[in-house]
Amino acid sequence: MDASHKQDLRFSRLLKLPMYLWSIVFVFVALLYVIGLSFLSRGEIMGVTGEVTLGNYARLASPDYVKVLLQSLKLAALTTAICILVGYPFGYLMARLSPVARSVVMLLIIVPFWTNALIRIYGWRILLMSNGPVNTLLMNLGLIHEPLKLLYTDGAVLLGMVYALIPFMILPTFTTVDKLDFSVVEAARDLGASPLHAFFTVTVPLTLPGLMAGCVLVFIPSMGLFFLNDLLGGSKSVLAGGLIQQLINSRDLPMAAALSVLLLAVTGAVIAVYRKVGGTGDMSMF
Amino acid sequence: MAEPVLRLDGLCKDYGEGLVLSGLSLDVYPGEFLTLLGPSGCGKTTTLRIIAGLERPTAGRVVIDGADVTGLPPEKRPVNTVFQNYALFPHMNVFQNIAYGLKVLGISKSEQKERVMAALSLVRLTGFERRMPSQLSGGQRQRVAIARAVVLQPKVLLLDEPLGALDLKLRQEMQQELKSLQQKLGITFVYITHDQEEALNMSSRIVILNAGHIEQIGTPEEVYECPLTLFAADFIGQNNLLHGTVTAVSPEGLSLEVNGVTLPALPNEVFSPAVGERAALCLRPQRIRYGREPQHGMTLKGTIRSKEYVGGMQHTQIALGGEVVLNAVTQSAELDSYPVGSEVFVGWNRRHAPLVPDAPKEAV
Repeated sequence: MDASHKQDLRFSRLLKLPMYLWSIVFVFVALLYVIGLSFLSRGEIMGVTGEVTLGNYARLASPDYVKVLLQSLKLAALTTAICILVGYPFGYLMARLSPVARSVVMLLIIVPFWTNALIRIYGWRILLMSNGPVNTLLMNLGLIHEPLKLLYTDGAVLLGMVYALIPFMILPTFTTVDKLDFSVVEAARDLGASPLHAFFTVTVPLTLPGLMAGCVLVFIPSMGLFFLNDLLGGSKSVLAGGLIQQLINSRDLPMAAALSVLLLAVTGAVIAVYRKVGGTGDMSMF
Repeated sequence: MAEPVLRLDGLCKDYGEGLVLSGLSLDVYPGEFLTLLGPSGCGKTTTLRIIAGLERPTAGRVVIDGADVTGLPPEKRPVNTVFQNYALFPHMNVFQNIAYGLKVLGISKSEQKERVMAALSLVRLTGFERRMPSQLSGGQRQRVAIARAVVLQPKVLLLDEPLGALDLKLRQEMQQELKSLQQKLGITFVYITHDQEEALNMSSRIVILNAGHIEQIGTPEEVYECPLTLFAADFIGQNNLLHGTVTAVSPEGLSLEVNGVTLPALPNEVFSPAVGERAALCLRPQRIRYGREPQHGMTLKGTIRSKEYVGGMQHTQIALGGEVVLNAVTQSAELDSYPVGSEVFVGWNRRHAPLVPDAPKEAV
């Protein structure tokens, strides 16, 4: 290795330093803090005592917590499923558009990100209110005679989840479909496959990495988005993310930490499964 | 002649920017190795895609084995394609790739295996069935693509520049292999290439395409020896193209005046111009004879302009009058005795110099 190469290497290390510092302080140290906290007990001063315990984790196994966790998993799974059913065809069709049309669609997907998510959810609240535009329209059309209860339902939460997370399904799908060499689909047709058969035996397997990346990108955040449940569901059913927030508010930091660690473990398991199944999509962040 | 296995009837294709194909009609007979030859953009790939059903013609019909398939999707047509980039399924191994079409047909597992193995041995890839396409060389992928198509025993096999991506040596090997494969299988091949040498080596008939229409159809010999159009004469091999005006017609032949030099020529069944018509004489460099004495009908006078020795061949430029310069190629080393500047008599067998209609200047 010559001198200039060595210098380059040293320089590139220097450039990476801020990233490492950031990761160490805000991810690694914070994570250690949360994990450490989860083994402590609740106390009067500073919220914790120095007493080390596994009690928090034991409490996680109680029916109330299990119920919350199962509910969260169910919602996350449902959100992911709907995102696949809507987002995959959307991303697929988008990749088949003309270059002009696809940049317009891309813009329409990206523009909402320029607005705060909270504000957009407040928009949904207005739309779904009993005297909101949706109910007004349905009544004027004569389809219903009295306003439907749309807001503060599980359906509204699911809608909000799908709305907030579907771009994370569309974009990786779009990328893999866009990169797909469609001559293999033509080859399948040429060899006798119907359009549907060619789609399921060739297109889907070859775009699976994007679909799986999308699933991970949708599933993981949907475990933790607590404010959607607050704003659209009225927090009638408690979800894991909301419960952590409640525990923090009631100053039970160790319990909140234990629940966070559990969520992290679930997330880690999802990623592990993804990698095991051979996810090769653009998921370099994992 | 037998019934054609494939008939193209007045095919037109318009992508919205003018006609890519303008009324292409063609009969292909069972067992033929038919090559569509032409420069890029001549419509040969479009024609192939229309036969395969991957593209719909704007007008015209495709008839395969007596049945009109113009409206049928690709999966309903008894033809298979070897794609230019092979288009192997990257997520399937060699066996699965070749078995794909058989599986779609619902053929039993044991018969699938039997037929895939037979196809693999046909393309000499036995033992490769567990390999993934990414683990194969270009030539091996090529063979898998061929095996995948022929395993379905199509009425017609379509090949879209299948050798284009291979290096020269492999290409020449594969030419031989494809040709013997075609003879062994007896399947009709419709082969696309822009490489005239490939077309001349492999085909039983060549269709020369230019700007969406057929210039000439014929055996390799016919299109090489007797071009019918200026384009065909220019596209296939080397030719001296001598553009001129017919000045005299007699039972013995006609005279063509090219830039002040009068050349003898013969009319043919397809083209016998009258006095005053434009025509072009197509003269292969190796057909030109020259010497000190005016023998064997060497009636024209010329001057050796330049000489070049290229790998066993003598390339000579001979000027006839001011503007007319002929490129001649001879194998004989004896002719080396004519120094540059020396006067010679020049001639050729008129039957070996076909006359074609002269195209307008801008089209040449």
